[in-house]
Amino acid sequence: MKAAVIVFPGSNCDRDVCVALEHATGEKPATVWHRDSDLPKVDLIVVPGGFSYGDYLRSGAMAAQSPVMREVVARAKAGVRVMGVCNGFQILTEARLLPGVLMRNAGLKFICRTVDLRVENTDSAFTSAYDKDQVVRFPVAHHDGNYFADADTLARVEDTGMVAFRYVTPDGIVDASGNPNGSANSIAGLFNEKRTVLGLMPHPERAFEPLHGNTDGRAMFTGLVEALS
Amino acid sequence: MKAKVHVTLKRGVLDPQGKAIGHALQSLGFDGVDDVRQGKFIELDLAETDRAAAQKAVESMCQKLLANTVIEDYRIELAD
Repeated sequence: MKAAVIVFPGSNCDRDVCVALEHATGEKPATVWHRDSDLPKVDLIVVPGGFSYGDYLRSGAMAAQSPVMREVVARAKAGVRVMGVCNGFQILTEARLLPGVLMRNAGLKFICRTVDLRVENTDSAFTSAYDKDQVVRFPVAHHDGNYFADADTLARVEDTGMVAFRYVTPDGIVDASGNPNGSANSIAGLFNEKRTVLGLMPHPERAFEPLHGNTDGRAMFTGLVEALS
Repeated sequence: MKAKVHVTLKRGVLDPQGKAIGHALQSLGFDGVDDVRQGKFIELDLAETDRAAAQKAVESMCQKLLANTVIEDYRIELAD
């Protein structure tokens, strides 16, 4: 599996994602600067977390208009797998690759902790190495993670299996106490309709090594390698 | 020509920051504020001198970048 990681001014999880991808594939991923429109031919594009362009205007809004994102959108439409983590999720919604928007956390505070997530749909290259309804723990670190979409869009993402991960209690129950940021339907991660694009607020690359505290994120990368090699 | 763009959250979209501002006003003793909605104000200095063309250009800017129309409305004022 060949992978590329997009780097914006203000990205800060690009290195973490690169390390995880290198461990999983045995090969350093390409890193592509936001001004480049030359993207190597790859099987997976990762839009990493951070604070691209200082979150000016809206989180992800400026990055979504950068030259490289036009190419990412074109590749995504051609079926190349694209994963956006945290700020990357915000960028993918601003680029309209995923429906809805990530708003300011309901409690207004920046949240930096490990959360419990339930795997909702394993029928994708991103989630095939997990079990359905498995509870995993990934760290979150965001100010704007409150997923919002209108009622029609929410009904559509629920009916068509587009929800990838939901915030839950440690027992796997969806309720307000398990939802850190007020996200609609506790949505933490979302696919596009074909499940070739995934955006998620929690960081699988920060749950990769035993030193991280847990390795629940590893299966996302090993699953991708298995599906795309 | 100058353009003033007001970007506000759509009705029905929860505005936790507006709510926090409302609570702060209340704690300062400003009673009678029923609701607070906050938004953005953007001023543009345009080379365009034709009003209709400026309106069209700024509409397009709002659609593509200045507002996220999933959650935000925008209002444009032009001034010579």
